[in-house]
Amino acid sequence: MASAVTTRVLAPVGTAGKLFAFALDVIRALFRAPFQLREFIQQAWFIASVTIIPTALVAIPFGAVIALQVGGLIKQFGAQSFTGSASVLAVVQQAAPIGTALLIAGAGGSAMAADLGARKIREELDAMMVLGIDPIQRLVVPRVLAAMLVAVFLNGMVSVVGVAGGYFFNVVLQHGTPGAYIASFTALAQLPDLWEGMFKALLFGLIAAIVASYKGVNAAGGPKGVGDAVNESVVITFLLLFVVNFVISAIFLQIVPPKTG
Amino acid sequence: MGVEIQVTDLTKSFGNQLIWGDVTLTIPAGEICVMLGPSGTGKSVFLKALIGLLKPDRGSIVIEGVDIATCPERQLYEVRKLFGVLFQDGAMFGSMNLYDNVAFPLREHTKKPESEIRDIVMEKMELVGLLGAEDKLPGEISGGMRKRAGLARALVLDPEIVLCDEPDSGLDPVRTSFLNQLIVDLNAQIDATFLIVTHDINTARSVPDNIGLLYHKHLAMFGPREMLLSSEEPVVRQFLNAQKVGPIGMSEEKDADELAAEEGMDLPPLPPIPLQLEPSNGIPRRSQRPPGEWCRMHGVVPPPGSFEPNMTMLAGA
Repeated sequence: MASAVTTRVLAPVGTAGKLFAFALDVIRALFRAPFQLREFIQQAWFIASVTIIPTALVAIPFGAVIALQVGGLIKQFGAQSFTGSASVLAVVQQAAPIGTALLIAGAGGSAMAADLGARKIREELDAMMVLGIDPIQRLVVPRVLAAMLVAVFLNGMVSVVGVAGGYFFNVVLQHGTPGAYIASFTALAQLPDLWEGMFKALLFGLIAAIVASYKGVNAAGGPKGVGDAVNESVVITFLLLFVVNFVISAIFLQIVPPKTG
Repeated sequence: MGVEIQVTDLTKSFGNQLIWGDVTLTIPAGEICVMLGPSGTGKSVFLKALIGLLKPDRGSIVIEGVDIATCPERQLYEVRKLFGVLFQDGAMFGSMNLYDNVAFPLREHTKKPESEIRDIVMEKMELVGLLGAEDKLPGEISGGMRKRAGLARALVLDPEIVLCDEPDSGLDPVRTSFLNQLIVDLNAQIDATFLIVTHDINTARSVPDNIGLLYHKHLAMFGPREMLLSSEEPVVRQFLNAQKVGPIGMSEEKDADELAAEEGMDLPPLPPIPLQLEPSNGIPRRSQRPPGEWCRMHGVVPPPGSFEPNMTMLAGA
């Protein structure tokens, strides 16, 4: 009885351990020849094609909300000239990587988990292993790299679209001064913020792809198992992303002191 | 020439549930073996253990000096190149057409030019009777065609060992006969070791050189075809002749009441042993033995009517 309870309680630890072991397998396979260039390009194209439009559509309201909220608050302080700066900082450092990650996980990762899960239950992955091909090297590594690449590019796109959206809402709707919005860009924000955003996007792409692949290649129990795998991969990725984002932001704040206007 | 597989004390369980224990057998090089067993006795698990997809709890599987159960993964991938495996549903890659599916192992493992790959793929497609269907996707063809395509893919690297997981499930009797003939012809041609997992007794009675029977979490018997077909051992006899009387019940084992009810019931006589399927070109296979040889050597009198041509194939009828 006691052992049954212990097993239950320790089950999540086991899952976390297996996920980590899987991640190590993927990282080891990264450096093993031959590299699957074709699969990598196909996957990058696929992930980009399912994420670009939703990401752009999410980025506009993201920038707008920040502009509206911050704009309203800053107006009360009488510091409208800093609106642009706050908006850039919030979008580049937080909103862009998180927005990217949500879409990479929600659109790209779910498709990845579904694809690998379907292959798993159709015994395609077993067949591949029997043909002497490691599915991690052949299928998972190109997907992980593709998700990382696309995440970085999407991050750039969200940054641009978000800042532009912020500009539109601040200048057109809140009657801010165009010059002040743009001129204050560098008042609070600095170049390392951009690096941080890109680094986070890269890492989020990695996490999303690894979780999705892990869930996909371990799908079991027929079509329902694939559905469960997709569902779990999205939930786990979201949880992980927010924790990792918090940790990285905290570390970053220690390493690079915020610029004071 | 095929390769021998030595299995010693193999045990596998999932959680607390033992699948089978202490399975010891040697699959002789170049011969055709059939592994039989009632549904749910872990025949497919056995097959997956042989290719290293499942790690057994104990025991060893030695192929060309490598123990599959314990060797490192890198070595496992090397050994697997000796294998051709036909999965239950063919396990074709859904995103590729049949041609690319069959060409896949060649493209991944060899540096052959595309023209040579084409020749090999077409040869194998012709062998399984799928010429003209190269451009179809696996989702667009019937289960039987998928199975044959799976066989073509399994054969494309000229394997030393061919494993077939229920090649006859979901196939009509005619296609099953053709597939069985194909297996015998292939064995004659490439001399590979064949292991077929099935519960089709027609296949089991007429195709193999050796038969194994998994039952009640252990290997009940493994030996030459004629030994099992003339065996009086209750489990073997019941299964190979598809009878209701015997230790095997609807849920694996019969309970005491059911066995008591059968007390005193006469077992139907053993049906005659059919002739082994011969290669279609008439040239005997290397591992083929003359009909009745085992029975004569071991002083066993085969059931009346055995080894006569044109006898009825179906047992227990």
